[in-house]
This record gives sequence, structure tokens and C-alpha cells, in this order.
Amino acid sequence: MSNAIEALGVGAAAGSPAAASGARTPIWRAGLAAAAAWAAAAVVTVALPDVVPWGSKELFAVIVGAAAAAFVALSFVAPRLPRFGAFCEHYGPWFVAIGVWFFLWELTTAKFGWLPKPFFSPPNGLLNVYVTEWRRLLICIGYTLRLWALGFGLGAIVGYAAGVALGWSKSFAYWGMPILKLIGPVPATAWIPCTFFFFPTTFDASVFIVALASGIPVTILTASGVGSVNKAYYDVGRNLGAKPWYLISRIAVPASLPHTFVGLFMGLYYSFAVLVVAEMLGAKYGLGWYIQFQTAYSGYANVYATLVIMALICAGIVKLLFVARDRLLSWQEGFI
Amino acid sequence: MASQAAALRAVPEGAPHNVAVDIRGVSHAFKLRGADLPVLDSIDLSVAAGEFVALLGPSGCGKSTLLRLISGLDQPTAGSIAADGEVIDSPDPSRILVFQDPTLFPWTTVWRNVATGLDARGVLERQRGRVDDALKLVGLSNFASAHPHQLSGGMAQRAALARALVNDPALLLLDEPLGKLDSLTRLTLQAELVALWREKRFTAILVTHDVEEALLLASRVIVFSERPAHIKAEFKVDLPYPRHRDNPQLVALRRQILGTLGLET
Repeated sequence: MSNAIEALGVGAAAGSPAAASGARTPIWRAGLAAAAAWAAAAVVTVALPDVVPWGSKELFAVIVGAAAAAFVALSFVAPRLPRFGAFCEHYGPWFVAIGVWFFLWELTTAKFGWLPKPFFSPPNGLLNVYVTEWRRLLICIGYTLRLWALGFGLGAIVGYAAGVALGWSKSFAYWGMPILKLIGPVPATAWIPCTFFFFPTTFDASVFIVALASGIPVTILTASGVGSVNKAYYDVGRNLGAKPWYLISRIAVPASLPHTFVGLFMGLYYSFAVLVVAEMLGAKYGLGWYIQFQTAYSGYANVYATLVIMALICAGIVKLLFVARDRLLSWQEGFI
Repeated sequence: MASQAAALRAVPEGAPHNVAVDIRGVSHAFKLRGADLPVLDSIDLSVAAGEFVALLGPSGCGKSTLLRLISGLDQPTAGSIAADGEVIDSPDPSRILVFQDPTLFPWTTVWRNVATGLDARGVLERQRGRVDDALKLVGLSNFASAHPHQLSGGMAQRAALARALVNDPALLLLDEPLGKLDSLTRLTLQAELVALWREKRFTAILVTHDVEEALLLASRVIVFSERPAHIKAEFKVDLPYPRHRDNPQLVALRRQILGTLGLET
């Protein structure tokens, strides 16, 4: 800890003359500010007494202090690395803000008790949850990912096939569109009572709920995408000797892909929203189930810790879908 | 299948691959809110095999509709169209329509675009070389892996031409293919079209608004009336290729045609 503070002092001392003498040795200034904020959070955590003990505060101080030391080092190294330097420069204010946030969070909860137990937890309280509960949380993550992957995967595949059929075939659209318009706006969770009757296990019912939530936007957007394909593309295809299947697979499908991705993104957010509810249906594990369970026992620190995991998983999956979209739709650059 | 096989049959080197087109009493009407909107009024026209005919007329008179009927994408309300005596009742890769918009598929490369016809008929694997040849013919070999949005307007229209020519069409239907290009690109592509036609000797029918373009390219110019279109006049352009726009005979013909269109200056 003291190392970090010393390092900070050295860094600050070395920083000011360099800054004064111009661009001779560039320094990432926000890095030094971030180091100060993170170091302050570490010091506050170990130096001040707790109103209520939370555990893992030494570990938290070490991690945050090490981060502060790393920021000091990066303040000097990062400007010499072109790409990483630009990254640091861009996110510098965020690193400072996070350090300040940790500092204030620690003070208002563990140190002054303004935000009391059990409704609030200091950051080391969340860390303590990960330290003590990591086995159970890992299992829950596995169960949640399995449910999400099955539900979203099935929903996307079936929804996509239905969307292509509805967009392509007039008779499919005649029967399908009114039904879709009717059941589309109904929240997927409203189907829970009938799913219990139709599905042999509660897990199957949960998968169905997630699939329904993610599948409907994919269906609607794909259908409208296929329906709005420039008719001239089909004329070109027919003129060149293409049969209906070729027109669907090589023209309708790629041409409607931008719409389909909008549907996939919407489906993704809906699937996350119903995931917690779907895990209430007699599940034994899963992040949603864990949140329910801990809420019932006032384990709010556990709830917050789990929410952080869910947020990170959701953001990660969204990011993956963006990467997939950018690869598949690179042809759209400059088009419209 | 039989007509496809015919379209793909090996043509001996140098032998022209073309058809004669016979349009007999063709009338066509669009349904517009239940009412019939007549666009073509008993058109009779014969195009000889290997001939280059230009269809000229006021905007919206139904020339493009006639081209779609010849391609087989649409069927006429009355009358019949035949290619070498065989009635046209469906689209076929031996008769290819080139649109005013290049209508390239934006999601795939220029090479795959040009390969569409061969791919759709399942012969691409055996005839990949034809795609390269077609790209070379229109001068786009270096852009095979580019995407359509990276092409200029003229290059995109060249790619559309390559996509048509790779099928070795006996009949090329050109629906104002140069209509949206800037005037310099237009002049270049007019010369290239003539060169392609003289080399391949396919039958060509060109729809255009541009009297000069019709006279530079075609051996016969058919002037259409306002909608519902009927044939108003016919001009033989008996001049050697490549033609020059300042040729006095061409200038005289131009004045005559503009007069027929009511645009005498």
C-alpha cells in the first residue's frame, strides 16, 4: 500500500517538470490522477475503522492499491505505445471516476454507515461474495448460460425460419401475420401458466419462455426485411435462370440480413429480461434463481455481486453480436 | 431445362450466337386500382438475328415494358413474342435484360455478382474461367474482389454488363443502361458497347431517351408514340462503325428523328 503512495509521490514529482518542459517526455496525466484516486480508496479501506465489518477489506485494498501502482507505471509507459496509449488517453477520465467512486462508496457504506447494512454493501463486501461464493456462482453462471444459449438459439433459429417464410410466401403471411401481430405484444412471461401444462419439465418451460421472447422480434424484423427486398434483385435472379430456392437463399436471405440483425439485438435484450423470471420456474441453479434466493434472505451484497456478473455477461454477449454483425454486414459500408 | 441447355450449348469460336425476335400484335395494360392502363398498343416489330435496334420515345411511353415482355419477366396482355420462332413465356438466361440501375447485389463481391447466372444454373464450378473472361472483357479484372459500393457508376454498369455477357446471351436487352451515368463515362461506354456487340454479334435491343446514343449504336431506330405506345416511325442507320457524332448523315438523321418526336429546333 505504502509502495503505491510512494510511487505516486515519485510519479507526481517526475510528472510536473516534464509537463512544464513541454512534450519532451510525455506523461499520461489522467493516469496519475487515477492512481491518486485508487490509492485514496485503498488507504481509506484499511486505515479507517468499519462501522460494520464486511470482510475481504485487506484483499480489496491490495487489489485497488496494485491498480494504483499500475496506473503510475502506465503514466510513463503508455504514451510510448501508440495504440495502447490512445486507449489510455481515451478512457483516462473513466479510470479516475471509478477510483473516486470506490473511495466514496467505501466511505458512505463501511466507514460512516450512511448507507446501512443489509441494503447496501461496500465494494469489499461484493468482493467478499466472490471470494466465499465463487463455486456456487460459477455453477449458476453455467446454468444461466445454458438456459440462455438454448432459449436464444432456438428462438433465433425458429424465428428466423418463420420470418423468411412469412416474408416470402403470401399464404404463410396470410395465416401467420395476424397471429404474429396478436401474440407479438404479449409479454413472454404471460405464457407461464400454459407452459407448465405443455412442457414435461420446468427447464423446458424456461427455455420456451426465453425462446419466445427472443424469437418474436427476429421473426417480425426478418419478415419485414424479406418483404422489402428490392424486387429488381429477384428480376435479375429470375432472368439469369435462378429457381425459387436460389432466390430465397442467395437473394432474400442476404438482402434482409441487416433487418434480421436488428431483430437479433432486440431479441437479445428481451431474452436477458425474461431470463431471471424464467429461472424462477423451479430452477435449482442459475443467476436469476440465486438473486431470488438471496433477496429472500436479505443477502443484498450477494444480489449486487450477481447483478454485476449478469451485467458483464450481457454486455459481453451484445459485444459478440456486434462483432458478428460487423463481419457479416461489412458490405453495407457506404451503402445507403 | 431444354431451353437452358440450348442457352449453354458450346458455340463454335467466331460463330455468332444470336436470335431473331418477332413481336406480333403485342398489347399490354397495367391494372391500376381495378382500371386498365394501356401502355402498349398492338406493336409489330421484327428484329433480325445480330441486329442492333434502338427503341426511342417519350418518357413513360412503355418502351421498358416492351423490353420486360421480350425478356419473358412479364407476359403481354395480347399478342405474342417469339425468339427464333419459339414463343417467349418465361425468363431465360439466353435473353438478358440490363437495367438502368446496375442492380448488383451489394452483399457480395463483383466476381460473385458476375458469377450469379452460372451459379444459379449450377454450372459455375466447371466454368469459373468464364467469369474471369467476362470481367476481363469489361476491364474489371482488378476489381473482382471489390464490393459494389466501392465501384463508380460506370464501373458498376460495366460489372452489370459482365454479369449479362458471362451467360453468352443470344439477345441483350438494354434498358437505358447508360441513363444515369455522367456524360464522359457515357461516351466511353457507348463506344465499348458497340465494340462488344461487333465482337460478339448478339442481337441487341436498346431503350433510350437519347437520340444521339440511338444513332451512334443502332442499325435501326424505332420511334414510339406517347402512351399507349405504337410505332410511329422507323429509321435505318446505314453508317459504318465506329460512328462519329459529327457525321453529317448522322446529324441529318438526328434532326429528322427529333422532328418526329415533335422537338424540332
